[in-house]
Amino acid sequence: MVERAYARRTMSTTISLRVNGQDERHDVEPNQTLLAFLRDTLDLTGAKEGCNEGECGACMVLVDGRAVNSCLMLAVEADGREIITIEGIGDAEHLHPLQAAFLKHTAVQCGFCTPGMIMTAIGLLAENPDPDEAAVREAMAGSLCRCTGYRQILDAIHEAAGVMRVVPAVEFGMRGPAGPSGVAPGLMAPGSAEAAAGVKVLGLPEMAP
Amino acid sequence: MSENRWVGQAVDRVDGVEKVTGSARYTADLKFPRLLHAHVIRSPHPHARVLAVRMERAARMPGVRAVASGRDFPFHTGIYLKDQTVFATDRVRYVGDPVAAIAAESEEAALAAAALVEIDYDPLPPVYDVLAGIAPDAPLIHPDLGSYECVPWITPKPGTNICNHLKVRKGDYAAALATCRRVFDNTFEVPQVQHVPIEPHVSVACFDLAGKVIVHTSAQSPFTVRHLLCACFSLSHGDVQVTVPAVGGGFGGKAGINLEPIAVALAMKARGRWVRVMVDRAEEFYATVVRQALTARLVSGVDDDGRVRAQKMHYLWGCGGYGGYGVNVVRAAGYTCGGAYEFPNVEGDSIGVYTNRPVGSAYRGFGMQEIHWALEQQMDIVARGIGMHPVDFRLLNCLGPGKTTVTGQVLDAHVGRVDLCIKRVDEALDLRGGAASHLRSDEVLDRRANGRQAFHGKGMACAVKAPAMPNDAASSVVMKFAEDATLEILVSGIDYGQGLKTVAAQFAAEALDLPMESVRVRGNPDTNLSPYDWQTVASRQTWATGNAILKGAEELKRQLFVVAAQVLDVSVSELECHDGAVVHPPSGRSIPLMRLVMGYQFPDGHAIGGPVAATSSFMPEGLLFLDPETSQSAKPVAKWTFGAQAVEVTVDAETGQYTVDRVAACYDVGRVINPGLIRGQTYGGIVQGLGTGMMEELRIDRATGRIANASLMDYKIPSSEDVPVEMLVSYVETPQTDGPMGARGIGEHTMIPTPAAIANAIFDACGVRIHEMPITAEKVLAALRAKEARG
Repeated sequence: MVERAYARRTMSTTISLRVNGQDERHDVEPNQTLLAFLRDTLDLTGAKEGCNEGECGACMVLVDGRAVNSCLMLAVEADGREIITIEGIGDAEHLHPLQAAFLKHTAVQCGFCTPGMIMTAIGLLAENPDPDEAAVREAMAGSLCRCTGYRQILDAIHEAAGVMRVVPAVEFGMRGPAGPSGVAPGLMAPGSAEAAAGVKVLGLPEMAP
Repeated sequence: MSENRWVGQAVDRVDGVEKVTGSARYTADLKFPRLLHAHVIRSPHPHARVLAVRMERAARMPGVRAVASGRDFPFHTGIYLKDQTVFATDRVRYVGDPVAAIAAESEEAALAAAALVEIDYDPLPPVYDVLAGIAPDAPLIHPDLGSYECVPWITPKPGTNICNHLKVRKGDYAAALATCRRVFDNTFEVPQVQHVPIEPHVSVACFDLAGKVIVHTSAQSPFTVRHLLCACFSLSHGDVQVTVPAVGGGFGGKAGINLEPIAVALAMKARGRWVRVMVDRAEEFYATVVRQALTARLVSGVDDDGRVRAQKMHYLWGCGGYGGYGVNVVRAAGYTCGGAYEFPNVEGDSIGVYTNRPVGSAYRGFGMQEIHWALEQQMDIVARGIGMHPVDFRLLNCLGPGKTTVTGQVLDAHVGRVDLCIKRVDEALDLRGGAASHLRSDEVLDRRANGRQAFHGKGMACAVKAPAMPNDAASSVVMKFAEDATLEILVSGIDYGQGLKTVAAQFAAEALDLPMESVRVRGNPDTNLSPYDWQTVASRQTWATGNAILKGAEELKRQLFVVAAQVLDVSVSELECHDGAVVHPPSGRSIPLMRLVMGYQFPDGHAIGGPVAATSSFMPEGLLFLDPETSQSAKPVAKWTFGAQAVEVTVDAETGQYTVDRVAACYDVGRVINPGLIRGQTYGGIVQGLGTGMMEELRIDRATGRIANASLMDYKIPSSEDVPVEMLVSYVETPQTDGPMGARGIGEHTMIPTPAAIANAIFDACGVRIHEMPITAEKVLAALRAKEARG
């Protein structure tokens, strides 16, 4: 057991991936999870460790656009992929519609599950832009919250879905100078009705046709 | 009074943006140089003598920097009853009891070294249940009970497994019972359950070369952690610093101290290094604290007029291996033993019993959901037994202004109105109307979409709770202005979701008539810098910290007005705060706060005043101890919050599966401070109540004493799919005399009545009564089959 623990140190491999629009190249150990890589190596601590067994959803991130429990994926499996974490979808001045809706509906309490909730919801809305109540409940069932009783979270997702439907989805991307021109699905075009209504817009998108 | 600018408004959370952007830093998110990782070696036995702990081989392993066991730290811990040591010394009392710990350069190295620790145990017979625990020949779990340090209002019984016993005696129960026309005698059970905060417990500590201890921890009070650590390790409060970063849920499970002593013990043996103790989800289930189990026997004597004349309540609490914090749950359940009802003749006993299970502690509701499970079903049984509608029966027997509690307290007009809450939830779900709610033994049959036979039913339950805390539990705040007149408020209450920071900002902005964006509440307290606060428990923060802020705001105004009065050459009494300025309404003149908060400088250069800042505090006054024999007391607690919930269920007759379709909740909160936040507390409490009511139970394997479902796969908590279709929430506002702008506590109360209301609704639906929480489909189906068999 001891030998194995120390043997790991010599077996690291190098991965290249894109995280929140930044190219990253790092040595990782074969048993390191994507969650541990994001938190310990990249200091992206928005994804949380709640159970390390894929049951709570607090570690949810997007891998090539799909919501994934990052505690169940090895870092080596993320080689060559595009990862988006909560840190990549919005900031105080440019909240994602889901972030804005979570605030408006008081869908946040202790906040520990919140990043995972929002990433799960982004994954849902990418697949199903107009989910009914049952579809939202089902999609969120793997993301546990002990504080809110879920009602305000479900309401926030429905509202954000409505906002996001009026904007054509473009490819995933990242805000900031290092990021590509695209924005995460559902981010609004400047000058749209929603933007005029005070819903803040992420990034400076070149809107897809 | 005109409508308030901020208090009562749906203000956004002041800490919302940091939480939705992932910026909020929790303890496990903090980075430490050369962090050591801890592994705790825990007892595999439910009850055993510890004969020897040998750690020499483990200590020599590469990467290991410290080992610690009870031999090094035979110190007692515990908030009320000091019956626990940092590591087991001579005996282990549950599977998971810490025996030793290792700190190493990596998790793998710590784990590898742990395998080399040799511990010799001599197994003893385990005691899993309270009835076995109180038997005269029961093995003693704490043979040294008489030697433990203990606060005077907790009464352990040396020579037994009883860690506390509170007696309530009012009127003459036996004589009254003898005259009653009908007597109802029932027993109810509640299993141990887990808090399941999504953030597991984690603590980080360093003992630096200068002799200072620094602790960062996920806890419900930095000050109580510091105080208890100092007592445990004989340290000066001056040498221990505790900070609490963002906390990912607590629900009582992070009250008092938990992993902190282990982190400090290891840090003391790895001087100058940071040591982190972080439990995984399985350990969170069996090795951190849980909610106590309850076996409750209730006897009610009732007259033809529907009044309960005699009421006996016998509560036996399964406290687990240690009673440190849970002994106060036993006490609180004792002095609240009659729930929301007025009983003239009472015999109440609340008895804590050690068992060889995980350790019981505070859990949202502090014993109240458990006793209401029993009491509110009993009231339903009595009402139906005498042919009275349960709503009418509750209205006839409930507490209210002028009524007397079980401890002899006469309630005044400001106490809150459970009768109005009962009426509200009755109206919301139409408990008397509709075919499903009649008093009858036959069932209303329906066809569900799947074509199977289904029963519909409705039921309700009341709730009451007082803050269970030492009489001198206090909160304090520091309020100071920055140069640009931003008001900074230092609080040491923990905002772990309930919204303390937001309501604190609302109170301050209201009192000083400031824009919300000018107020910053500095949470994440640090004992070196922050003002004292006892703990964030007992639904006490909005009330206690809110009061401190309103008082502090008056002091800030006083300081501002003294200077402004000199500047404007007017009387202090004519000045007001208005929208970021001090104004003098008679003349219309004003001075922006920015020119006053650091002192005022006149055109000729001379300055007066100085930086404006205030400290203030709140401690409830006039609380009196309970009589040790009868628990009678004119004012045993600071306040009561009353409420009621009603639920509507659909039961599948073939499978016993059921859904909670609608819930109505109403509480007399004194004053709603923030509608969005209080709805969050109410929805959250209802759904957490559905969890314990419908699915949660920490199951023990009796052959080994291990927890059989220590994972989120096997221990289910409610998910988004369990949310009722409709949750109708409303509030009554009977202002609390000593509450900030009339507010009283609400955080815990929202999960108290839910399980009992479900049980009552299931009885209403299909005539079966489930006495053992949780109400699983298996139990409902078995009860339906048994009922069928009886004909």
